[in-house]
Amino acid sequence: MHQPIPQPSRSLAVLAALLETRTGQQIGTERAWRVETALKPVIRDRGLETLDQLVAEAACQPEVATIVVNALLNHESSFFRDAPVFDIVTEAARDMQAQIGTRRLRVWSAGCSMGQEPLSLAMCFAESYKDHLADLPEIIATDVSDSALNRARSGRFTQFEIQRGLSVRRMIEWFDSTGPDWTAKHALLRNIQFRRMNLVADPLPGGRFDIVMCRNVLLYLAPKVRRKVLDRIAGAIRPGGLLVLGAGETVIGQSDRFRPSGKYRGLYTLDGEIAESVPSA
Amino acid sequence: MKTCLVVDDSKVIRKVARHILETLNFKVSEAGDGREALDSCLESTPDVVLLDWNMPVMSGMDFLRALRDTTLDRRPKVVFCTTENGMAHIRAAIEAGADEYVMKPFDRETLESKLQIVGMA
Ligand SMILES: C[S@@+](CC[C@H](N)C(=O)[O-])C[C@H]1O[C@@H](n2cnc3c(N)ncnc32)[C@H](O)[C@@H]1O
Repeated sequence: MHQPIPQPSRSLAVLAALLETRTGQQIGTERAWRVETALKPVIRDRGLETLDQLVAEAACQPEVATIVVNALLNHESSFFRDAPVFDIVTEAARDMQAQIGTRRLRVWSAGCSMGQEPLSLAMCFAESYKDHLADLPEIIATDVSDSALNRARSGRFTQFEIQRGLSVRRMIEWFDSTGPDWTAKHALLRNIQFRRMNLVADPLPGGRFDIVMCRNVLLYLAPKVRRKVLDRIAGAIRPGGLLVLGAGETVIGQSDRFRPSGKYRGLYTLDGEIAESVPSA
Repeated sequence: MKTCLVVDDSKVIRKVARHILETLNFKVSEAGDGREALDSCLESTPDVVLLDWNMPVMSGMDFLRALRDTTLDRRPKVVFCTTENGMAHIRAAIEAGADEYVMKPFDRETLESKLQIVGMA
């Protein structure tokens, strides 16, 4: 009468713990199937046969653990993801620039994946600052995954990736055709500084930002960790600065530091009172 | 319901494109070359034309130029969909008035994304 119950894999539990320790990201049981799919290429590349063998290697070789973490992270992204947001951010940047005069705006793309988000921002700014390129906003782009960052720094995209979200006009203006791939022009890439950074634990970039984009990153963090990260981000935004979350994300019930910006639809402003007590950059 | 005319000399490609477009809620019609496509547009102008480049009888480029010279009161959005993936071809297509450009092979995501960019999905 006893059906053999599939063993809740110990390997899976070890991997979930590894990912959560390194990035805060949780693997719910409903996404457990992704683990094996995501790690299959890693198992093959290392000449192994089973998940258990990989877990054993990761346990004693930190560089293998890092490869495993990178493979488990979801790097899904596209150019101009939720396109209208980029118009709103461009408008907000223009308004802010008019207020602050000649200081360069500082914009942070937190969880930038392979670079589609900061590159989209860089294109918007280059177009909007056409007549005063010297004042272009500074873009800092960070991610916890070195593999994603290496891709981002290279500016290279496959034919499939380049066609997701990017108009053909922008593609031929800002990218070179390099064999089967497309590579972002230096003029675009040089406006972006890429850095490895775990939002949960690493020191955040110094100084304060005018605009922070952190989209589709906080979704799978435990609520407590998400709150902590939102607080840390709040500490990195200047008074009156803006936070941009993903289409399905909100700060409501997650943080008291932000309120919906009345002016820019879907964006959040660092809450005024707390902002007053923060010295500006 | 939006309408899309799929112009390609390959029956297989037309079928794949039709399938994707129907899941995106388009009403789809087909043409096997530029000449057929032009006749179809004159009869009833679609919202979007998905256009191959190299075809017998009349190429995609010749279709696009001929379309420009017609007196249709409504111009369809034209999205090239071709294996001509070089910069020179892309530039020529844009200069001739194409709205978007899909480099084959394409998948559902690419097509949906490009249709969104021209305001059709
Ligand atoms: C789904 S992608 C989203 C990319 C982009 N922001 C977008 O919306 O298209 C999430 C990215 O967040 C990164 N990430 C996950 N946890 C992180 C953490 N704790 N610190 C920094 N980045 C993290 C992942 O490596 C991944 O590249």
